[in-house]
Amino acid sequence: MDQSRRELMQAIGGALVASALPRAVRAGAGGIPARVVVIGGGFAGATAAKYLRLWGGGIRVTLIEPNAEFVSCPMSNRVLVGRTSIADLTHGYGDLVVRHGVRVVRDTANDIDAGNRSVTLASGKTLGYDHLVVAPGLDLDYSAIPGLVLESARGDILHAWKVGEQIISLRRQLEAMPDGGVFAITIPKAPYRCPPGPYERACQVAWYLRERKPKSKVLILDANEKVASKEALFRKAWADLYPRIVEYVPNSELVDVDVATRTAKLQFDDVKADVLNVIPPMKAAALAARAGLITANDKWCGVDFLTYESTVRKNIHVLGDAILAAPLMPKSAHMANQQAKVCAAAIIALVSGETVNPAPIINNTCYSFVTATEAMHIASVHAYDADQKQMLPIPGSGGLSAAPSEAEGRYAEGWAQNIWSDTLG
Amino acid sequence: MRRVAVLGCSLATLLLTSLCEGAEPDPHPGRYLAANCTGCHGTQGRSTGAIPAIAGLDRTVIVEAMRAFRSGDRPATVMHQHAKAYSEAQIELLADYFAAQKPL
Repeated sequence: MDQSRRELMQAIGGALVASALPRAVRAGAGGIPARVVVIGGGFAGATAAKYLRLWGGGIRVTLIEPNAEFVSCPMSNRVLVGRTSIADLTHGYGDLVVRHGVRVVRDTANDIDAGNRSVTLASGKTLGYDHLVVAPGLDLDYSAIPGLVLESARGDILHAWKVGEQIISLRRQLEAMPDGGVFAITIPKAPYRCPPGPYERACQVAWYLRERKPKSKVLILDANEKVASKEALFRKAWADLYPRIVEYVPNSELVDVDVATRTAKLQFDDVKADVLNVIPPMKAAALAARAGLITANDKWCGVDFLTYESTVRKNIHVLGDAILAAPLMPKSAHMANQQAKVCAAAIIALVSGETVNPAPIINNTCYSFVTATEAMHIASVHAYDADQKQMLPIPGSGGLSAAPSEAEGRYAEGWAQNIWSDTLG
Repeated sequence: MRRVAVLGCSLATLLLTSLCEGAEPDPHPGRYLAANCTGCHGTQGRSTGAIPAIAGLDRTVIVEAMRAFRSGDRPATVMHQHAKAYSEAQIELLADYFAAQKPL
């Protein structure tokens, strides 16, 4: 290459770099691109990583995730009726890398040093950040269920509330259950991940039993005083579709389990089941506590809803199921995806010295299947209220399905396709 | 040599323009608001399933659909519940954004 050609190429390269990096990049200390580390590749963390790159130009984004692939909780109850498989629910992180330039590191974040702005990984590596996004998800909290405290003692008492092998095992337990048997599901006090999820699961199990083992029962033991989401619609579905199968028992907090006899011990009653599915209470994953991010009830992380920055740790943003949600803001995949986009926009504004959007709007749309093909939804739209510093439902908006339908079943599947793609694609 | 450098810069601008078209088009005021819609309708409105794709729809079609959802003139399963949350000005921002997106 002769001198002038080389200079031309350098000029092009220099111009490319200078103009391809929007304001966000140049705002990093000393002109170095801003560095954002995202912990957790679920709906919240993966969406944040993608949109920080999509909107933030040259921001350097590293996503820390211990699992090789993403597995979706939404739609996983459909495994129970044979309408989906773990393979269908599994998606790679490849598009985040190839299409969006996210650096995906398969590792576990062990500790956060907020003072030094660094994250220590299980491998021993340390990563520095300008902003940290913590989307750690939940831990299942068995501390109030003595018989299940030790993982090794849980035997065949499954939660199937984190996706993976357990939902397949639960399906096998259902297949092995005798006709005339009892499938009992216990629901913890709200808030927990996916408010309508346990009731949807009860519907999917009831549908399976109605088709295959119609003398059987589904017993819903709910610690709450009433159905925590879509109450009238679920009540109607159980009465209309599964009148001899589903029995709903509110105010039934689980106090212990006898694993050997599959007995759920309630305050005033013992219930022996053929399949006992215990969905335990939940709290923000342990990393949140180690990082000093827990602010409410020893469980949840308080955030500023304009930026999702922790109320107690500067430059650390918390997303998804781990946060102390605003009233009527469910712990859902859809909400996590929405929060992540508001957070990504805010981080981009912060590192560019621009104004953070003072009036974010987010929404939730959540489908639940009541049979193998029919679904119903709840929808809400929330706007930031500057006086209360909360996301509050916009008056007149939101609502529920009039009734479950096959059309909404198809929309539910379409929703899943698109939210997987909006999160990872 | 100076001419070569100038040529280099304009080439770079051309290159960049075409690169950017493949990704998100230039920053748009409706972009963050539109992110509300993409969980169901797909990133940039490029839905792949039963939910309608809205990328590249005519601006007027989007505005009129949202108005009709809001007023109840157009029946829907869920869109009437979402549409009621947005002002006329916000609907226009959303319509501008999605009309400018390339369909799949």
